[in-house]
Amino acid sequence: MTNLPSAVTAPRAGTAVAGGHAPAEGAASRHRRLTTRTGALFVTPYVLFLLVVFAIPMVYTLWISVHRFYFTAPGTHADSPWVGLSNYRDVFTDPVVGRAFLNIAVFLVINVPLTVLLALVLAAALNAKIRFRAFFRAAYYLPYITASVALVAVWQFLFGSDGFVNHLLGSHAPDPSWLVNSHLAMPMIAVFVTWKQLGFFVMLYLAALQNVGKELYEAASVDGAGRIRQFFSVTVPGVRPATTLVVIYAIITGANLFSEPYLLTGGGGPDHASTSPVLLMYQKGIEQGHPDFAAALGVVLVAFVLVISLAARKLTERGN
Amino acid sequence: MSVSTPAPGSRTPVGPAAEAPSSGTRRTATPPTGTHRTRGTVVKYAVLSLGAVAFLFPFYYMIVGSLRKTTTGDLSSAVPSGLTGGSYTAVNGAISLGRSLLNSGIMTIGVLLCTLVFGVLAGYALAQLQFRGRGTVFASLLLVQMVPFQLLTLPLYVLVVRDYGLGDNYVGMILPFAINSTAVFLFRQFFLQLPQSLFEAARLDGAGELRILWKIALPMARPAVLTAMLLTFIGPWNEFLWPFLVTKNADMQPLAVSLASFLSNLQGTVANPTGALLAGACVLAAPAVALFIVFQRHFTSTDIDSGVKG
Repeated sequence: MTNLPSAVTAPRAGTAVAGGHAPAEGAASRHRRLTTRTGALFVTPYVLFLLVVFAIPMVYTLWISVHRFYFTAPGTHADSPWVGLSNYRDVFTDPVVGRAFLNIAVFLVINVPLTVLLALVLAAALNAKIRFRAFFRAAYYLPYITASVALVAVWQFLFGSDGFVNHLLGSHAPDPSWLVNSHLAMPMIAVFVTWKQLGFFVMLYLAALQNVGKELYEAASVDGAGRIRQFFSVTVPGVRPATTLVVIYAIITGANLFSEPYLLTGGGGPDHASTSPVLLMYQKGIEQGHPDFAAALGVVLVAFVLVISLAARKLTERGN
Repeated sequence: MSVSTPAPGSRTPVGPAAEAPSSGTRRTATPPTGTHRTRGTVVKYAVLSLGAVAFLFPFYYMIVGSLRKTTTGDLSSAVPSGLTGGSYTAVNGAISLGRSLLNSGIMTIGVLLCTLVFGVLAGYALAQLQFRGRGTVFASLLLVQMVPFQLLTLPLYVLVVRDYGLGDNYVGMILPFAINSTAVFLFRQFFLQLPQSLFEAARLDGAGELRILWKIALPMARPAVLTAMLLTFIGPWNEFLWPFLVTKNADMQPLAVSLASFLSNLQGTVANPTGALLAGACVLAAPAVALFIVFQRHFTSTDIDSGVKG
């Protein structure tokens, strides 16, 4: 399958520190001192990168979120007075924020079950010895590697008011059309993202299926379980860790949604029907010049992601 | 492609069972009811083909739509007829494809170079060298991959564009993606597999770590480097939000950004707007798709798996 044996072993954070201590003898220990310096040197650019791109911005968001903060032209200075939690109060009392989080909930409710079901069925079908396997795998993976912007362009065309799908449906076409309908805008985004990401999860489940013991199917078969029964009592529990991963990944995707609501449904749909928190951060923070509000919203969003991820993990891993 | 016919291929035609898996254990377990097998296989192919159509049709429509003289949404437009490259010329006139492609290329190559150079160094150090804080760095690597990146866009925007004045600048575009943590993880995992004795011997011969990395470790890590390059390429090439924030000047925008601005406000400027949009989409999609098809066998499930677990 791959000539990367390493990739199969799951990392455990602990192993990094333990293991690989060379015996401390004369020459070796002199050498150890040397590699100590070299190792630190080699890793310095990456550490700087982590500081500049992750650590500092995270701390900076917290700082901005408790101050009144204005954009200034480069080189000029404006005071940023401490305002405590007032930005957070604004975030919690803004009805559009509530709507944006509700939209993410709608997204998850549609995206997660659809992804798990479709990816698992396709992976199970692909896992057997079949012809054109490489072709099918490539077909499913194609949207995943293609730019969102390109795919959004096609979907707008397919699902536009005068688009292909509506011509196909004739008088059954929804009115207002898919992307400008306040009930359908968010579900459309959820379906689009499911479609785009599905190949990734098919691959993930394919890898997970390799680890489900053949003897389990055998035993189930001897006990008289049919194919469908085998699927639910052997396959589904067997790939549970992958399912957890799918759920957590879906939550992160939902929290990151920006290009789809911005481009597919023209800046958040009718009446914010498909506004996402990140889109709102962009609109409030950069378009309307309230970065402090946007920063507080970002912090709330991170907290939301953490809580939901932990809950989802508890839920999917129950019974393990 | 014939979907339902069971394997008229190389294998010996002992009925539909020839299609079934070969492992002997399996055969004893399942009663050899031929019809059952056939039905299962047919269902499998039906499911897979249905899926493939759903996945490939938009791509087909994108290509056909980009080549038609007038591109409309009605059903007949799914059939290629009167093909012309006019839409490509039109979109090129509206957003200057060459310049956008160049910007996309510079951003992507910048990210690739930084990831390869600094990522290999970090991966090697994390796998083969002892130094203080190694555990912490590795733990941060794992943590970073769980942080939703878009959440950092606002403070990064304030820092990069406002404070450092790197708006409309390639450095500003590259910075947030400069070192891909998934690639660092991949390199570490690979270097971890190489036998320690190999490096010890080189060290006893007095070779420096940089020399060992360059002469011994890297040549062996070619497959890991290729996988990392493919994984890394997709990100900056397809990225929209960050370059959208950083570039206001049309001359600096990568293709994803200029195509998006065409999508939202320039369509009125050309004769066949949908065709032009689809033509732009084809140009944006082509490099990633081409790379994927050429290097398909390197996009394997285990790589993805490791990337995500990281």
